[in-house]
Amino acid sequence: MPLLDVKDLSVTFSRRGQRTVRAVDGVSFAVEAGEVVGLVGESGCGKSVTSLALMGLLPKQKGVTIGGSAMFGDTDLLQTDERSMRDIRGRDVAMIFQDPLSSLNPVVPIGIQVTEVLTRHRGLTGEAARKEAVELLNRVGIPDPSRRLKEYPHQLSGGMRQRALIAMAVACAPKLLIADEPTTALDVTIQAQILELLRELVRESGTALIMITHDLGVVAGMCDKVNVLYAGRVIESARRKPLFADPRHPYTNGLLGSVPRLDSGKGERLHAIRGSVRDVLPWPDGCAFAPRCDQRVEACVGEPPALVEDIHRHAYRCVNPESRTAEVPS
Amino acid sequence: MTETLVEVDDLKVHFPIKRGVFLDRVVGHVKAVDGVDLRIAKGQTYGLVGESGCGKSTLGRALLQLTPPTGGRVNFDGTELTTLPAKQLRSMRRRMQMIFQDPMSSLDPRQNVESILTEGLQAHGLGGDRTERRKIIAKALDAVGLPQWALSRYPHEFSGGQRQRIGIARAVVLNPDLIVADEPVSALDVSIQAQVINLLEELQEELGLTYLVIAHDLAVVRHISDTVGVMYLGALVEEAPSDDIYRTPLHPYTRALMSAVPVPDPEVEDRRERILLAGDLPSPANPPSGCRFHTRCPWAQPTRCGTERPELRVVGTGAHRVACHFVEQIESGEIRPHTVKAEVIADGAGSKDAHGALETALETPGGPGI
Repeated sequence: MPLLDVKDLSVTFSRRGQRTVRAVDGVSFAVEAGEVVGLVGESGCGKSVTSLALMGLLPKQKGVTIGGSAMFGDTDLLQTDERSMRDIRGRDVAMIFQDPLSSLNPVVPIGIQVTEVLTRHRGLTGEAARKEAVELLNRVGIPDPSRRLKEYPHQLSGGMRQRALIAMAVACAPKLLIADEPTTALDVTIQAQILELLRELVRESGTALIMITHDLGVVAGMCDKVNVLYAGRVIESARRKPLFADPRHPYTNGLLGSVPRLDSGKGERLHAIRGSVRDVLPWPDGCAFAPRCDQRVEACVGEPPALVEDIHRHAYRCVNPESRTAEVPS
Repeated sequence: MTETLVEVDDLKVHFPIKRGVFLDRVVGHVKAVDGVDLRIAKGQTYGLVGESGCGKSTLGRALLQLTPPTGGRVNFDGTELTTLPAKQLRSMRRRMQMIFQDPMSSLDPRQNVESILTEGLQAHGLGGDRTERRKIIAKALDAVGLPQWALSRYPHEFSGGQRQRIGIARAVVLNPDLIVADEPVSALDVSIQAQVINLLEELQEELGLTYLVIAHDLAVVRHISDTVGVMYLGALVEEAPSDDIYRTPLHPYTRALMSAVPVPDPEVEDRRERILLAGDLPSPANPPSGCRFHTRCPWAQPTRCGTERPELRVVGTGAHRVACHFVEQIESGEIRPHTVKAEVIADGAGSKDAHGALETALETPGGPGI
């Protein structure tokens, strides 16, 4: 049984006088223990909303409808009430956000913010909590941790703040860590440090990681399985090597063609995808990518394409997929 | 060699740090740009890369005299800009345009597209009467791939990619020689990024534009540039034709930077050698002595690196310039990277050491400003 089994997750936002937005539309994926699963897509594809729904962080108010299930062990994260969710969050499932400055409290020293987690979930107080906090900061590579504990978030650099957040997230050795664009706000050399730290945490502690990112390079280097999202749907999912070697969905293929690569020559024209996701709102009932797709056929309009899975568990939602280019290692 | 359009010599931009309530005492300077020389050839693209805070944007602005340089010279097509009287500088500005990073905040939300595009023409007294101006604007819109009905619309009605096209149209409508593009695609989604990069390349071919592209994304710069300059803490550390710098990066910082960029290909990623740099960028208000990179450099030597600032010098044949005392020895393998400060990591091994290394590096006195 997978650690987390998300089935048919959907999130809609509706407001009186405005059209209903279906931000996430039937997303299913599974995460095994110790596995790194990527959710990739451009802005507006529903990747962050998916993670917020899983963490129970979407506002529970009129107009927000969440459907489907997300089984984490025996509990359905989507049905859990707020009180028990508070126990799960931080202890079993933890999250790292994109912007470390806005996810830390600016007027509370780092030390208190780290020990808060330890007190809440592990019952550590006083000197024991402080000692554990020092140990945690040390583990994520923050130099001189005892001094850092007394400092405020603004006194730390971007990379250090992200390390502090990671320290908090792993404080209770969660079974699942959700990282929402953890390195997008950082410079490349710092990004390399943070990614290495995450790799190491996964390797050492066996924590499963959901990596949400728009950067295909990060995915290529980190994820075991990749889910590509477009307009709220998983349009392709596969293990990382077959996905990059042999993308079947025209969107995935187009995305790979539009990234300039460090190891390609100058002057090669990029294969841009025409138009943008927002050109056709609301997204059509059929394939949402159809208006931008070069391989569109008549069957694309009307009904959403079903998820087709081949023998290598490479799944895609397309009626006219890219032809196989290579024999793929499974 | 083609004709040079822009010549920058020993350019410096120092911002004063002020303290005190009544008397603003100057207590120091942030040396955002500290002695940069570069040449941009006509019709070519010069790519400037570096991490945030390295001074690349300030350099771009100082080149256009949008931020007054505190020292050095900028020669644009035979005219010295730093001493040019304000009035002449203003008319010179038609020939040097800029594209900004955030297309939303660089367009006036209350101006429609026609007004945005007309403003520059009016300011420079171009285009004669209204009908003629309309023709020029229509051509510019066409060039950037926007429909004519866009003229009466306002910036908020467009998507990010389209807004960036408006910004580009605003620059090209004046028929400039040089365009300084400061992070032109970093606010855009990947698929849109490719459209804008292609557009910039097409415009260059059609109009013979010269570009200075400032970006932190090495892959983008690599894709678009003829020559690439790498900046670290206010100075160029390496400059070479685009192919050379990516095939054989020589400066330790460039090597580290290249090795840190993830490539969207699992096969490459698995084989890739990563050089993890220790710590963060030191403060430009109090840069390290000698070579500015020596505090984080895995190849740093006890002699010279900490005391003597390396000049940008030609290495090998042709146009490859590097600011490092020991570049030949590093290239030949005579100097090995220290295991203490940063670790060369093949995938899956030795990360623990790199980790401990980070602390060691940071604990050394005079280490990165923490």
